[in-house]
Amino acid sequence: MVIKYGIIGCALAALWWAGYAQLGSVAHWLTYRAVGLVEGTHLAGAVEFFIFEVPKVLMLLVLVVFGVGIVRSYFTPDRTRAILAGKSESVGNVLAALLGIVTPFCSCSAVPLFIGFVTTGVPLGVTLSFLISAPMVNEIALVLLFGLFGWKVAGLYMGTGLVIAIFAGWVIGRLKLERQVEDWVYVTKPGANGLEDERIDFAARVAAGREAVRDIVGRVWLYVVLGIAVGAGIHGYVPTNAMAAIMGRDAWWSVPLAVLIGVPMYSNAAGIIPIVQALLGKGAALGTVLAFMMSVIGLSLPEAIILRKVLKLPLIFIFFGVVAVGIVVVGFLFNAIM
Amino acid sequence: MKKLQILGTGCAKCQKLAAVADEAAKALGAPYELQKVTDLKQIMSFKILSTPALVVDGHVKLSGRVPTFDEAKQLIR
Repeated sequence: MVIKYGIIGCALAALWWAGYAQLGSVAHWLTYRAVGLVEGTHLAGAVEFFIFEVPKVLMLLVLVVFGVGIVRSYFTPDRTRAILAGKSESVGNVLAALLGIVTPFCSCSAVPLFIGFVTTGVPLGVTLSFLISAPMVNEIALVLLFGLFGWKVAGLYMGTGLVIAIFAGWVIGRLKLERQVEDWVYVTKPGANGLEDERIDFAARVAAGREAVRDIVGRVWLYVVLGIAVGAGIHGYVPTNAMAAIMGRDAWWSVPLAVLIGVPMYSNAAGIIPIVQALLGKGAALGTVLAFMMSVIGLSLPEAIILRKVLKLPLIFIFFGVVAVGIVVVGFLFNAIM
Repeated sequence: MKKLQILGTGCAKCQKLAAVADEAAKALGAPYELQKVTDLKQIMSFKILSTPALVVDGHVKLSGRVPTFDEAKQLIR
């Protein structure tokens, strides 16, 4: 069984790699030979960008979503909860942030997850570390960042996202804000719900991976294509350094402004990143752009509205405030060192 | 009569689960009743960690994802 999967896996991987390695030359050929555009024109620049980036990003997405889908089958919310329950605060914050990367998360699940965690012994701060990390540091964001900017930027995003999640959760834990959780939450009785711990064999895990691809890539591919189209337009037509004035390193106010603009915006990572890439290419500073992205993905108004059901208003403001400050600090840091 | 409850606050996955459960129950032939539970307090009384969830005759059969048509039939039967 394992051998069969191993062989199929290797064959598919080889195919994937062969295709991936050829993307650049294929895009070049298609743009300049097949369609016959003139090198150096705006249109050619935009088109080549588009033809190159769309299959590249989609291929990366499929690969990583599949892999993470399999990893996730090992980390159900229930198992995550069991791991976190009763851990001391600092350790718990770190674990929670790390687990947030691999635990599946749909914002509609935020409330049941929150309640399930806090009523079974997971401290409030630790739960919040998880709630910050799960939507923000997700594999789609990381894949796209890696695919478009390389592993350094992806690593930075993941690292700083984790630090913000750990820090914010820890701070809120220190502030002892348990009374700011809606009272009815703590009245909810925890306990087993009768769902047996499903023993999953490897075939089922692979199926989970395939299902994740069908589900996630199926939902997100159009946004990716649209985002890349916008990015291609910016790449081809906007003059270099046009963004430097408003989003460049010297415009220090661009970081807090970017974070502020990001809050009411709600986008999945897939749509925003290709645009971010184009902005970066036109002179926007890395710190400002990262801050903007984190703000869009991590601080979302829809999520605040959902969390309002379980958190009282002061805590929601503190929650968002601490995370926003963290993001702004990260933004400044990167503009300073990069 | 089988009592099916779909727990969820109304996002796309919850609608899909309701649709799949409905079709599966119809295919099984036995009489059934499908109820969508959207009130949070009621949802939490089932002690699930993620929505959407499928409850059959009071027992939580599945939570956190949408099953395939065949899976749904197995869970409801």
